[in-house]
Amino acid sequence: MNERVLQIVRDAFPQLMEKFFTMTIPLTILSFTLALLIAVVTAMIQYAHVRGLQKLCRIYIWIVRCTPLLVQLYLVYYGLPSAGIYLEAFPTVVMVFGINEGAYLAETIRAAMEAVPSGQMEAGYCVGMNYMQIMWHVVLPQAFRTAFPSLFNSLISMVKETSLASTITVTEMFRQAIVINGRVYETLALYTEVALIYLAFCSLLTVLQHWGEKKLSSYGGVR
Amino acid sequence: MSMLKVENVRKSFGDHPVLQGISLEVNRGDVIAILGPSGSGKTTLLRCINFLERADEGTLTLDGQTVDMHRARKDEIVALRRKTAFVFQNYNLFLNKTVLQNVTLGLTSGRGMNRHEAEKIARNALEKVGMLEKADAYPISLSGGQQQRVAIARGMATNPEIIYFDEPTSALDPELIGEVLAVMRQLAQDGMTMLVVTHEMEFARNVSNQIIFMDGGHVIEAGPTDAFFSHPKEERSRNFIRSILNKE
Repeated sequence: MNERVLQIVRDAFPQLMEKFFTMTIPLTILSFTLALLIAVVTAMIQYAHVRGLQKLCRIYIWIVRCTPLLVQLYLVYYGLPSAGIYLEAFPTVVMVFGINEGAYLAETIRAAMEAVPSGQMEAGYCVGMNYMQIMWHVVLPQAFRTAFPSLFNSLISMVKETSLASTITVTEMFRQAIVINGRVYETLALYTEVALIYLAFCSLLTVLQHWGEKKLSSYGGVR
Repeated sequence: MSMLKVENVRKSFGDHPVLQGISLEVNRGDVIAILGPSGSGKTTLLRCINFLERADEGTLTLDGQTVDMHRARKDEIVALRRKTAFVFQNYNLFLNKTVLQNVTLGLTSGRGMNRHEAEKIARNALEKVGMLEKADAYPISLSGGQQQRVAIARGMATNPEIIYFDEPTSALDPELIGEVLAVMRQLAQDGMTMLVVTHEMEFARNVSNQIIFMDGGHVIEAGPTDAFFSHPKEERSRNFIRSILNKE
């Protein structure tokens, strides 16, 4: 690797990191939070068999899981203006990612809730708690622990998926790399650099996951 | 006046009738053992009384409050449950809570008591069952007998009118049964009203003052413990007692 390429990689690094911290991470955090909210509500509706709403949840999960994320992104950002609905790029990404990932997480959380032994619910009723209190204090914490590795899977996926935001003009880290590359044309070096930053950050998340799992196992196995 | 009165409870699972018109009465301070062969409906009866199963028919009066067991509303059920406690065969301690939190949760969350007061009551209850030193342990690290004693403390802490026990020793290794029975015996001596589904004849004979003997979804015989064991009136009761004595 010659001196020029090294210089390009070095110069690009702070610019990439800036976009990483100001766009990629906020996008991930906001989208994932939205996804979690949607998922918990959707999972609870299904767990409790709320009539009517339950069907709505199944339709939501069906549609979202059976259409590609990129198509959803294009549909909302480029398609909706034809129907008179204009959205900024950044909120579009947060919304589409949140709704998309929410459908997957809803299934993860629902399965984890159903894995909580039914006796936990009964014991809750018998000590005088109501449904929501049992959910909050007993079922959801146990379900969260079961779902924890899967939730982290989704989080790590989402960090990488934010690169799709580049396709609808959001200048996150990957788009920044494309922009720099357009100037200097060092495709291999720059995209390798970007890949390494994703790799490093997702590795950090993996370590965090193991640490979290250890913390959560302090109360032993949930059967 | 009786404290708990249950009349004509019926319950079927599909086509299979499990309870065929059960009635019983419990007075304050009674310790009633519900006996009977497997499949006689004992557990289902107890679960219907605390609305863990919905009876098809029946009337329940607890502490002056009467409800239709089939149609009781959620708020009525919650109100009734707050006067009772339930001890399960499988303990059902909250797995994500410590021993102490298991006992306080019904007080803080269920009854809106402040944490400080709840912990005081909980520690007191745990001390009575000999589990205070494990207050910070999680259920998974305890033996079955220890878990069941915590479950009893959890029930006692809410100061119930009556405690229902659903085969509290059936899931335990033989050497752990004694510690749980000892706690229950102490509870009975302290005057707690108890309705106990059990296979422990020794407990039924020495601790309970009344026996309800069930078979095939019917109450076959009900009466004072001494009379039941010395002069059982019904043929099926006699057969049951004989089969149990043979096992012992």
